[in-house]
Amino acid sequence: MLPFIFEWVWDIGHILFFGGFWYAIGILGAGMTYCIAKAAYDTVKESQGSSH
Amino acid sequence: MDAALIPEGAKRCSFPKFMLGIAIVGAVLLWGVYAMLLCWFKGLNQTNMNDYYGFALWIWADLAVIAVGGGAFFTGLLKYIFKIDELKNIINFAVIIGFICYSSALLILAIDIGQPLRGWFIFWHANVHSMLTEVAFCLSCYFAVLTIEFIPNILENRQLNKVPFFHHLAHNMHGTMAIFAATGAFLSFFHQGSLGGVAGVLYGRPFAVREGLLIWPWTFFLFTWSAAAFGPCFTLLVTRITEAVTGKKLVKDNVVNLLAKISGWMIFTYIIAKIIDTIYWANVTVPSLGYELSHFYTGNSLYGYWILVAEVIICGLIPGLLLINKSTRENPNLRLLAIVLGVIGVCLNRWVMVLQVMAVPVMSFDTWALYIPSWQEVATTILPVAYGIILIAVTYRYLPVFPQELELNQSKPQES
Repeated sequence: MLPFIFEWVWDIGHILFFGGFWYAIGILGAGMTYCIAKAAYDTVKESQGSSH
Repeated sequence: MDAALIPEGAKRCSFPKFMLGIAIVGAVLLWGVYAMLLCWFKGLNQTNMNDYYGFALWIWADLAVIAVGGGAFFTGLLKYIFKIDELKNIINFAVIIGFICYSSALLILAIDIGQPLRGWFIFWHANVHSMLTEVAFCLSCYFAVLTIEFIPNILENRQLNKVPFFHHLAHNMHGTMAIFAATGAFLSFFHQGSLGGVAGVLYGRPFAVREGLLIWPWTFFLFTWSAAAFGPCFTLLVTRITEAVTGKKLVKDNVVNLLAKISGWMIFTYIIAKIIDTIYWANVTVPSLGYELSHFYTGNSLYGYWILVAEVIICGLIPGLLLINKSTRENPNLRLLAIVLGVIGVCLNRWVMVLQVMAVPVMSFDTWALYIPSWQEVATTILPVAYGIILIAVTYRYLPVFPQELELNQSKPQES
């Protein structure tokens, strides 16, 4: 049992189901984090470029 | 009044006229919301479902909107993974339609479960042997994908795009969209399939049960295939309706014909597989379970052989042939006919796989169960339609949904 999954059991069903679920969530989370971080970086870079 | 929010160069109707339209559709929406609140506060006794007939109008509506919403994942797959660049001119609208369909599906499920406060149980107390758990997981995740795909279009609003951070965010999200689209295709494959899989593993229901491959019955693959095949038809149909309402050409014919051609081949190959599946089921599966084919299509006032012919031939084979044939595909009227037939066909398929499955008598003492939904069920099923119309109206007015709109309407400035 993992602290964030109440009824987690170490069997193939749970590993496949939750593995796929967290895999998808992970990709979406990582993708959005990258986009937001890069947008913040680009914005700061642009504002610094325009202030010089 | 709201001119600053309207895309540059685009002609839209006056704000009061727009609000009048929203108010009319909004009244229908409120009727649905009232019925929804009745179901939530008074319980599922507001419906005509019972222990015998647990999958009813909502589940059909749910499966139908998910099937027609499949245009978003399939168009995204074609555009971002197979790099069919022409589809960039319709992908925004496909995503909006998908967003509406999937948010509607989740809304219907929230009403259908009776106690929405316990909706999170499916994640926390997940039954990993249930295909519907897989559907819930994939549906939720795919709705997140659609939201992510929709965000850049929202950020391209004339005013929002002036904010540097939003401008860069939209740009970066466009750049990484292939990853999101691939994830969406992966999720869609499984939830579309598992919705069909649910029917295929109903061992106590000989009308639905099918053999299959490993743990997946053939209905798993047929549902995914049909969503990819007919989903683009719905995208094209809503595009055509939007063009009719606005009085403008919004997407060039070459784009429409391309998507229609792909859809046509998908429909044609799907319907061949469906015919093979039906023949095998009728001649092998059904007799092995002690039934005859006539058991499923006679002895009642609604479900006759006509529904099989309508689904497979009239609304399956015919639209497929019309769309793969160049001359009929490029004829606007025949193309529209094929698209309409296709959308009816996939909705009919979901109806058969949900409602007819429940209606067919199984035990020797059973009779046909012909269910009639309550007005609350009808109102809550119409609710997503009203919501969809409002969202399309708002997005069309304020967002650059159709990249070709200005080019196609330069010579004839008119209000819509």
